[in-house]
Amino acid sequence: MVSYLIRNAQILDGAQQDIHIADGLIRAIGTGLDVEADIDIDAHGLIVLPGLVDLHTHLREPGREDAETVLTGTQAAAKGGFTAVHAMANTFPVADTAGVVEQVWRLGQESGYCDVQPVGAVTVGLEGKKLAELGAMHDSAAGVRVFSDDGKCVDDAVIMRRALEYVKAFDGVVAQHAQEPRLTEGAQMNEGQVSGELGLGGWPAVAEEAIIARDVLLAAHVGSRLHVCHVSTAGSVEIIRWAKQKGWNVTAEVTPHHLLLTDELVRSYDPVYKVNPPLRTEADVLALRKALADGTIDAVATDHAPHPAEDKDCEWAVAAMGMVGLETALSVVQQTMVDTGLLKWEGVADRMSHRPARIGRLSGHGRPVSVGEPANLVLFDPAYRGTVNPDSFATRSRNTPYRGLDLPGRVHATFLRGVATVLAGELVERGGLA
Amino acid sequence: MKRHLVSAADLTRDDALLILDTAEELAQLSGRAVKKLPTLRGRTVVNLFFEDSTRTKTSFEVAEKRLSADVINFSAKGSSVSKGESLKDTALTLQAMGADAVVIRHHASGAPARLAQSDWLHGSVINAGDGTHEHPTQALLDAFTMRRHLNAGAGKDLAGRRITIVGDILHSRVARSNVHLLTTLGAQVTFVAPPTLVPIGIENWPCEVSYDLESVLPKTDALMMLRVQRERMNAAFFPTEREYSRRYGLDGARLAQLPEHAIVMHPGPMVRGMEITAEVADSPRCTVVEQVANGVSVRMAVLYLLLGGAVFADGATEPARPEARTDSSEAAL
Repeated sequence: MVSYLIRNAQILDGAQQDIHIADGLIRAIGTGLDVEADIDIDAHGLIVLPGLVDLHTHLREPGREDAETVLTGTQAAAKGGFTAVHAMANTFPVADTAGVVEQVWRLGQESGYCDVQPVGAVTVGLEGKKLAELGAMHDSAAGVRVFSDDGKCVDDAVIMRRALEYVKAFDGVVAQHAQEPRLTEGAQMNEGQVSGELGLGGWPAVAEEAIIARDVLLAAHVGSRLHVCHVSTAGSVEIIRWAKQKGWNVTAEVTPHHLLLTDELVRSYDPVYKVNPPLRTEADVLALRKALADGTIDAVATDHAPHPAEDKDCEWAVAAMGMVGLETALSVVQQTMVDTGLLKWEGVADRMSHRPARIGRLSGHGRPVSVGEPANLVLFDPAYRGTVNPDSFATRSRNTPYRGLDLPGRVHATFLRGVATVLAGELVERGGLA
Repeated sequence: MKRHLVSAADLTRDDALLILDTAEELAQLSGRAVKKLPTLRGRTVVNLFFEDSTRTKTSFEVAEKRLSADVINFSAKGSSVSKGESLKDTALTLQAMGADAVVIRHHASGAPARLAQSDWLHGSVINAGDGTHEHPTQALLDAFTMRRHLNAGAGKDLAGRRITIVGDILHSRVARSNVHLLTTLGAQVTFVAPPTLVPIGIENWPCEVSYDLESVLPKTDALMMLRVQRERMNAAFFPTEREYSRRYGLDGARLAQLPEHAIVMHPGPMVRGMEITAEVADSPRCTVVEQVANGVSVRMAVLYLLLGGAVFADGATEPARPEARTDSSEAAL
């Protein structure tokens, strides 16, 4: 196995140090390390973070390999600094059986770019009617701990209660896509000033908040773990804050795009901004940033949602919802949280690595940058300034809202268990250096 | 003027008055034995209708033919669109066929805007109604009708006039376009509707909102009744047709509360007995039929200005061909 000596890297917000990686582990950290390594990396000006963990990725395989495959999705993850991603269950077929989650997990293992932890569907076919075999998915080789019907809300209160209760048997967590279906019938964007003017069906904030309010009460009632996917409104933040103050076991995530973009962009009718939950108002964006900073929101999760061109290069009404995000996530977090002074890099590591790994119960990820730990690391250049060019993305799809936008920072290198998956910003051929 | 007409908000006061004044001149044509000008001879206009519409489509078609354009009617039903063809591919096809303008009616808000902003088409895009967003030529014909009754004359606007629009504002593209255009022309707009049919954020629109029709009537110069879409009643926007009619319908008693000079308008089709009684619909103060006739004149003006004689504010290449410009309608008139 190839060994590395990373010289003069800044470990989080600390001092510059050298890091020696060998046999998959961090072997030594210190100043002026005198060790032999196969590859020396000059990391002056670069920050070392623990490998990022995404709680919310759509890899599209099986079923929509034209949009993304596990291989291209994990390559995109590696380029974004991720060493583990949770793959959502809304595939074709749906990941609601042990067989499908094992398939996704094995494809991740074979890719070699990023660990893939499948998310199991809560209900059969994501239909919200009958619990899927949650235990079988947990007992499979994939060892599923996170269950979600993401893309759809588990809106039946009884099914949601039973799911929360049932997964306690294996320390699982239900990750809810909070969207009251009746309140969002025909919804195409955030309900508010802009939707009223554009004549687009509104997705009111209360449709998210009402479900979160119900679910935190249900989770408290049965004493289970609830995770709230892609929180998008200031009101949702308040409910989660209240639940946490009660001591209930509730966690939440926010996407990078909800930290940066507002519904004003929809005035262009460009479907690249069509996403679920929709882009909200500036007041919501500011509340989400504050909540991420104070820990009310636990994690940044990409909701990476690749779509082929034909699903986006059309009129707004028929366009698919979602945007890719793996390769731009850290840059957006730098812009919205670090450059604004809301988070230090330690905080970024906490929200993008430590906490998501804990929520997903991934023991090998989200570890401190310390001697003896698995070498899941990312080297990031915060001083880099560049224009986003989707043509350079590894993801198979190009539906990014950041095309042509100047975003700060760049992933210089990513290491998965001591093997570089990205070096000098470029993917390393799989197995070539392992 | 801009190259496209997607939203009434795109029109400046000067643009709007130019269209209205041009329409006034073109309206004279309807009184002639030969109702035709050579202005758009050799120009191809496509009517691209993804949604059923008899009156708007016919109105555009008459306008196009009176200007001697080559007209292609492209209906989504029974076409490649019903076989799954995308808007983009349809547009590319029309571009390849040399469309100089596309008049688009679409069930989705924003489809004309998307077409205008894309590089799928090089010609002008005219919005003939998109979802619940806008219907700018309807607003223009409404303003044209109001001006004739309330402040007639070239160059005149609607300053100080009070316009009341009643009904399903939430789903009305007519209301959205009218509020832009009428305020640009100096009018004061009041919407009257039950709270369930008022769009979120309307407090920031340039208009007043009332839930009480009776109180607004005496201060109204033009009263526009909107169609209530019966199919929406199941969505609980209001309890019953009867209750709606009682609170927001226009009958003879309410008509009598309007000032004597006030007119009653309706974009059609009217649901008699619900939003408007037959007595009112057939009264001489109701301008529905006149609006239809005015629609042709206004659409002729829009087509003429976009394709034949306008100078574009965005500096875009003038699309008119020299031979078409020498056939200008000013000369013919």
